[in-house]
Amino acid sequence: MKVRKNVAISDSGFLFNPSSGDSYSVNPIGQEIIQMLQEEKSELEILDYILKEYMIDKNTVEKDLYDFLNMLKNYKLTE
Amino acid sequence: MSKPKYTVAVTGLNAIDSPGPGIAVIRALRESESFDVRIIGLSYESLEPGIYMHDLVDKTYQVPYPNAGQQVLFERFDYINSKENIDFLFPNFDAELFNFISLQTRLDEELGIKMVLPTQEQFDARHKANLYEYGKEHGIKVPFAKMVFSTAEIPSIANEIGFPLVVKGKFYDAKIAYSTDEAMQHFNKISAQWGLPVLVQEFIHGSEVNVCGIGDGNGVTLGAVPMRKLYITDKGKAWAGISLDDEKLLDVTQKLVKATKWRGPFELEFMKTNEDEYNLIEINPRFPAWCYLTVGAGQNQVESLVNMAMGNKMKPFTTYDVGKMFIRYSYDMVVNMKEFEQISTIGEL
Repeated sequence: MKVRKNVAISDSGFLFNPSSGDSYSVNPIGQEIIQMLQEEKSELEILDYILKEYMIDKNTVEKDLYDFLNMLKNYKLTE
Repeated sequence: MSKPKYTVAVTGLNAIDSPGPGIAVIRALRESESFDVRIIGLSYESLEPGIYMHDLVDKTYQVPYPNAGQQVLFERFDYINSKENIDFLFPNFDAELFNFISLQTRLDEELGIKMVLPTQEQFDARHKANLYEYGKEHGIKVPFAKMVFSTAEIPSIANEIGFPLVVKGKFYDAKIAYSTDEAMQHFNKISAQWGLPVLVQEFIHGSEVNVCGIGDGNGVTLGAVPMRKLYITDKGKAWAGISLDDEKLLDVTQKLVKATKWRGPFELEFMKTNEDEYNLIEINPRFPAWCYLTVGAGQNQVESLVNMAMGNKMKPFTTYDVGKMFIRYSYDMVVNMKEFEQISTIGEL
């Protein structure tokens, strides 16, 4: 999954989709995930990174990560 | 090098909650880099706020309503022009355009007042009632629509289109109906205000995106900025909006301008579906009230239009800033009764 090229995200987690005019606010972990997607990291790599960096079980991360990725897709922020 | 100074007359000074484009056009003119302006406001009613905005409008004259006829309108312009020597005129209402298109040659040749307007054929063809055929002719998707002259016609059209459907006035207003009864109620309300015919149009699910631009009359788009409304009033007017990065929408716009050889300003209203399809729902043959956003986004299209009429050199705009927002506000002016009296009785201020 790739984040659309023209989608911009600021340091404060403010995300702007210039194609639709919609803007969103994401929390720090959301910001990290989007950054990794922009670096073209795979979903598995992102999952591994979160498991390594945060004290959390795999099932919860999987569920939350896929929820978040689906949300990005529904908002047409990915291509 | 000194800049030329033009006297520009502008209608649409009703900067109310459903605003006319006049004040936005004037602000764009005032920010022109290639010329200076003296602004002549043209008003229909004494309470149009622009009349009293003396920092924007140098002098205002009342003009007759469109139904007074072309000769009365011409005579009024003859008088105003004898005082002001107008170089360029911006009509900003759909309802007044028919008269100005008809008077275009006379105003230019006899009074030296220039305008850049669509041709009568372009103006008629893009009319809401003809838009479906117009889109078909030029390869642009337009929701299916039919003209309706009485409530008796509504059930069969509703059968054909399905619900929800959109009921539209010939100049302004659009309401969504979810049942035949509701469609009939909307028909009665809209026909009472705007006359017949009323348009019944297929409802397209999606988000509305608009384009403000100008065509040179030879198929070239001189400028175009797409915008999405972020906040709308209960009348469906934009209260905030943002410029978009939308190549496909610009392509559709250029295709339309090329196919129709559109001349003058325009606002295109599209519904963008979830499948990223663009359905043209309206062509407004004038600048919209949000046209000042195009100045903020780097395209002073209003300035370009004047330069086009004056035969000055100008290049088509190729870029604009994405993510520029406009947010409207209302503002109470305190005005002396004397001014109201003067515009109401003498018709000048």
